[in-house]
Amino acid sequence: MEKMKKALSNCYLSLIVLFMYAPIATLVVLSFNSGRSRAKWSGFTTDWYLEMLADDTIMAALRNTLIIAFLSALIATILGTLAAIGINNMKSWSRNTVMSITNIPMLNADIVTGISLMLCFIAFKISLGFHTILIAHITFNLPYVILSVMPKVRQSSKDTYEAALDLGATPIQAFFKVVLPELMPGVTSGFMLAFTMSLDDFIITHFTRGAGIDTISTLVYSQVRKGISPTMYALSTVIFLTVFIVLMIGNYAPEWLSRRKK
Amino acid sequence: MSKNLLQLQNISKSYDGQLILDDLSLDIHENSFVTFLGPSGCGKTTTLRIIGGFEKPDQGRVLFDGADITDLPANKRQLNTVFQKYALFPHMSIADNIAFGLRIKNKPESYIKDKIKYALKLVNLDGFEKRSIDSLSGGQQQRIAIARAIVNEPRLLLLDEPLGALDLKLRQEMQYELIRLKNELGITFIYVTHDQEEALTMSDYVVVMNQGYIQQAGSPEQIYNEPENAFVADFIGDSNIIGGVMLEDYVVRICGKTFKCVDAGFGTNKPVDVVIRPEDVEIIEDDDPKAILHGEMTHIIFKGEIYEMECRSEDGFEWLIHSTEMHEPGKKVGLYVKPSNIQIMNKPESEDEEALGVEE
Repeated sequence: MEKMKKALSNCYLSLIVLFMYAPIATLVVLSFNSGRSRAKWSGFTTDWYLEMLADDTIMAALRNTLIIAFLSALIATILGTLAAIGINNMKSWSRNTVMSITNIPMLNADIVTGISLMLCFIAFKISLGFHTILIAHITFNLPYVILSVMPKVRQSSKDTYEAALDLGATPIQAFFKVVLPELMPGVTSGFMLAFTMSLDDFIITHFTRGAGIDTISTLVYSQVRKGISPTMYALSTVIFLTVFIVLMIGNYAPEWLSRRKK
Repeated sequence: MSKNLLQLQNISKSYDGQLILDDLSLDIHENSFVTFLGPSGCGKTTTLRIIGGFEKPDQGRVLFDGADITDLPANKRQLNTVFQKYALFPHMSIADNIAFGLRIKNKPESYIKDKIKYALKLVNLDGFEKRSIDSLSGGQQQRIAIARAIVNEPRLLLLDEPLGALDLKLRQEMQYELIRLKNELGITFIYVTHDQEEALTMSDYVVVMNQGYIQQAGSPEQIYNEPENAFVADFIGDSNIIGGVMLEDYVVRICGKTFKCVDAGFGTNKPVDVVIRPEDVEIIEDDDPKAILHGEMTHIIFKGEIYEMECRSEDGFEWLIHSTEMHEPGKKVGLYVKPSNIQIMNKPESEDEEALGVEE
């Protein structure tokens, strides 16, 4: 009976994983298919990857995507960590209010965020381009960082900060030597989350980018209209793997680090 | 007479319009073990935080060795704090925790290493350098917190209820450790607690606080034997507090009987409060001519070293009595109190003192 139950639950789990990953598996398989057909396997090839690497527009888009993801995640992490500490020190009424306000961009439909950001940039006569995408990404990344740093801030007590001051540290030294290391697990996972959110964003980037600049997602979108080339499968595979690896690091690095310390 | 290390002058502090400290003044001598004692919310921790530099007083000055440090930030003060919840840095090893203050001051590493060794020896945790914080018990963490503070060679060590989280046995052990440390190091200690036994055991000087006022300050003996008001008498140990009338010098009337006492200067026919400690009430034979009061035993509890008993005297007052001799409930007895064991106190004059809620 016990065995049956176990087998059933394993079966169920496998089915879920299968349905979740079947499309991605198809994509990965097709990226190695030498023919252009989506239905017929005509042999293994890495040509599409080579073609992708040789294509300047794709490489430029990849570079933009990575730079924007890194910068926006970095800036959002710094701002979000400071914000979380500030919010935590507020009185409970204003803390709850500010937390709900910061949560709204997360619940908001991307298309609303995208259009409103675009209108805002135009209204303030900011020409659309790399910098507007960056600002937009920082904006939607902030709440994710705050949300992942906040629990750590709430856990850490004011005592250790005061103890550092008591032992002669200036407030800045106390922050970097004592407060920040305690928040680090939350800060790292906030950064990883922001990085992946930025990496796979399409809608908001689509509205806030100017002519002449593409990220991978907008490039794929414009290619689809022309008829999709298998280089796009290769590119999508690369994006998937990047996100996958970043998430794995984000999930396992803190655990692994703390285990090694002991 | 040693000199004053720390002086608090007319300190007032309020939070959200609520007065926590009201015009508090206090001198602390070099090399003394001073305890702030009081119920929670009496302002003792706030006073400690003002001394530590974590709070600014609304009014008043803090002088350290004669110099005004009221506006000096915490990191510039020559004193260290042992926090209630230890506040050790969880991401650092024990050695790094202890070295924190010295590294901030850029001391050479060889000096730091010696200091860590010395401090760990002092708190009886030799060889713990490499261990992590979460592998320690509460008592050990407490010792590390003390070691971390004393390696900086402060002139004044502030301890905020440092033994509050420990169990009874460990607490008693740590009390002796702290006294030993204080004597070995020659540092002035300011200790905050709500535990009156702890205060009496460890300190040279006890400051009893309630509702932002100093109720009484003095040696443990003074505080225990000569409480100045009903709050102190009630808070420090068990006591019988009775409303009475001072008929003239050395004569007081309580429970409808006249007692000799050793206090004078209250005037004639003045209402007073009288404190008699339970161990000072002597139970004698009912027909003993020495007996001032007569009554009947009502309750008895065995407490280990003593019996805690209650006796109702003729006027209806329930006397709390501690004695090594047992007297069964129902027994008729006589009561006697030596004149020197009767402590006379002024009745509360202000409304603030009245608010202390002493049972008559």
